[in-house]
Amino acid sequence: MPNTLYDKIWNDHLVDLQDDGTALLFVDRHLVHEVTSPQAFEGLRNSNRKVRHPNLTLAVADHNVPTTDRSKGISDKESKIQVETLEANCKEFGIKLFGMNDKRQGIVHVTGPEQGFTQPGTVIVCGDSHTATHGAFGSLAFGIGTSEVEHVLATQTLVQKKAKNFRVNVNGKLPLGVTSKDVILQIIGKIGTAGGTGCVIEYAGDLIRSLSVEQRMTICNMTIEGGARAGLIAPDEKIFKYLKDRPMSPKDKDWDKAMEYWKNLKTDEGAKFDKEIDLQAEEILPMITWGTSPQDVITIDEKVPNPQNEKDEDRKNSLERSLNYMGLKPNMAAKDIKIDKVFIGSCTNGRIEDLREAAKILKDKKIAAHVHAMVVPGSGLVKEQAEQEGLDKIFVNSGFEWREPGCSMCLAMNADKLKPQERCASTSNRNFEGRQGRGGRTHLVSPGMAAAAAISGNLDDVRKYQN
Amino acid sequence: MQKFNTLKSIPVYLPIVNIDTDMIIPKQFLKTIKRTGLGKNLFFEMRYDDQGKEIGDFILNQNPFNNSKILIAGKNFGCGSSREHAPWALLDFGITCVISSSFADIFYSNCFKNGILPIVLEEEKIKELSEYANRKEEISVDLNENKIVYGNNEIKFDVDKFKKKCLLEGLDDIALSLKKSEKIENFEKDLKNQKPWIFND
Ligand code: SF4
Repeated sequence: MPNTLYDKIWNDHLVDLQDDGTALLFVDRHLVHEVTSPQAFEGLRNSNRKVRHPNLTLAVADHNVPTTDRSKGISDKESKIQVETLEANCKEFGIKLFGMNDKRQGIVHVTGPEQGFTQPGTVIVCGDSHTATHGAFGSLAFGIGTSEVEHVLATQTLVQKKAKNFRVNVNGKLPLGVTSKDVILQIIGKIGTAGGTGCVIEYAGDLIRSLSVEQRMTICNMTIEGGARAGLIAPDEKIFKYLKDRPMSPKDKDWDKAMEYWKNLKTDEGAKFDKEIDLQAEEILPMITWGTSPQDVITIDEKVPNPQNEKDEDRKNSLERSLNYMGLKPNMAAKDIKIDKVFIGSCTNGRIEDLREAAKILKDKKIAAHVHAMVVPGSGLVKEQAEQEGLDKIFVNSGFEWREPGCSMCLAMNADKLKPQERCASTSNRNFEGRQGRGGRTHLVSPGMAAAAAISGNLDDVRKYQN
Repeated sequence: MQKFNTLKSIPVYLPIVNIDTDMIIPKQFLKTIKRTGLGKNLFFEMRYDDQGKEIGDFILNQNPFNNSKILIAGKNFGCGSSREHAPWALLDFGITCVISSSFADIFYSNCFKNGILPIVLEEEKIKELSEYANRKEEISVDLNENKIVYGNNEIKFDVDKFKKKCLLEGLDDIALSLKKSEKIENFEKDLKNQKPWIFND
């Protein structure tokens, strides 16, 4: 029987399968960060258990770390305790950790691929929903809760039920200025935040294949915003080239053996999908979110919706609630939305290509006087690379702040946050109420669109600034 | 883990759709390294004003709903992050059963791991049950029999057999999986032969 890529990875990791479909799945790679792990380690200690495979586990502190001068340490007491607890736990259980002052430190979903820890055909988990990012490498990667973190630490396996197969095909060529961020926002707008519930999404089609490795990561990253458990893309030469000679990639004979396996990681002709949708790339435009759910998308040429046009009572109420929270009027043009802040970074758009894309727009330009803007590279290595290319200077000359790596204002657990009613054009992945700070208002956009908004002082069309 | 058997309570009804994990427990409370103590910050932004005072209008601040053990909510409950702080906060508040017409995947499975029973019902049934919340009448949930009893009516609900067993017996997932140690070891042996690069050693 022809299988999907997801079926194949699933079958290859079955340790045990009960009659009712409950499976015990082997986990090849486990990423750990400071927020969702302390209670898991505590659980291990309480029941006298060890970490089964410290080698298959990699830890990094990212959510709480300051993005300003690190030499002063962390001033917030609770953040400090959490980061120190991770350090102590990694030491006690023999897990490799990239500490706050390690150049390799960064957002866990940037660090994993960068180190070659993320590999095709593996099962990768992390106590973080954006683990889906790693699916760009053709791995089955998904977020787990803290109890599961403990389970994986203790057993290197996870109890799972198989999800459904959902394929999203994107064909054609993207118009100038339109990026993979716009593609995924469009997809979420189309399927809704619950559209992928119970499914693993495979992205296919010639547009997807034409994307770079990092652009693919942006798409897989936001799969979770469409409600799916994981998103993946069949690995190809671009992936193999990216992984070659990374510190934790297979070496020598192992590399050849791995390549043999990786090359066959694709959906068979005629494999059955439970759900399938098609998008034409030419029809995708620069997108923004106007509301408080990632499915609240419109193109930059459109207007904010009017709840009066909604017949469904629930939907109408929820539109009103979102507009009210966002401080927007019905039918307002997207381009009339004035912003206070710009955030470029996160595991969605904090990699080198994202920074290049924004820098290209910002070169020789100044940001609007009332806008406060910052760039937070996804990792220390991304930061270093950007500095070698002189991107930091472009950002700083245009008026952006150039920060240390971490999650930062993506979720505002450290000192970087919006004040109530402040409005931000952000390259992150969530626009929930309070996500970037209590009362803060988030518009999700691509890095180029964030740069355009910074210059104009309002949400604006990146195509206007293309050279 | 606390066993779940039967539960009787006046339910509390939150008619909001897409209640996400940031609404359930905002991130400023994720800095804890413990599982307990989060209940007082459940639904923080809706429950307290800028001065940190309780907002009387909010249903969970009102008697008897501040003692509810059953929460009825709009569809797509628990969407957003994978963080388990959301079920920990519900549990610490005293809620051990959540009823909605749909749940986000990760939240749904996190509930079972913490002794909370999530129940999926059709919208119509949700509306019917919410009347009991409005009238402050008790309903009861019987996991053994897969049913909710309210007034003279009852509704059956579906729950995965294995998950049900774990809830009823308060079983710890890890101990259950470790019973399969031999299978895990065999899998690892094969893996070392077939994909030597996985182990990195
Ligand atoms: S950057 Fe944002 S979404 Fe990504 S891991 Fe950090 S907090 Fe989560």
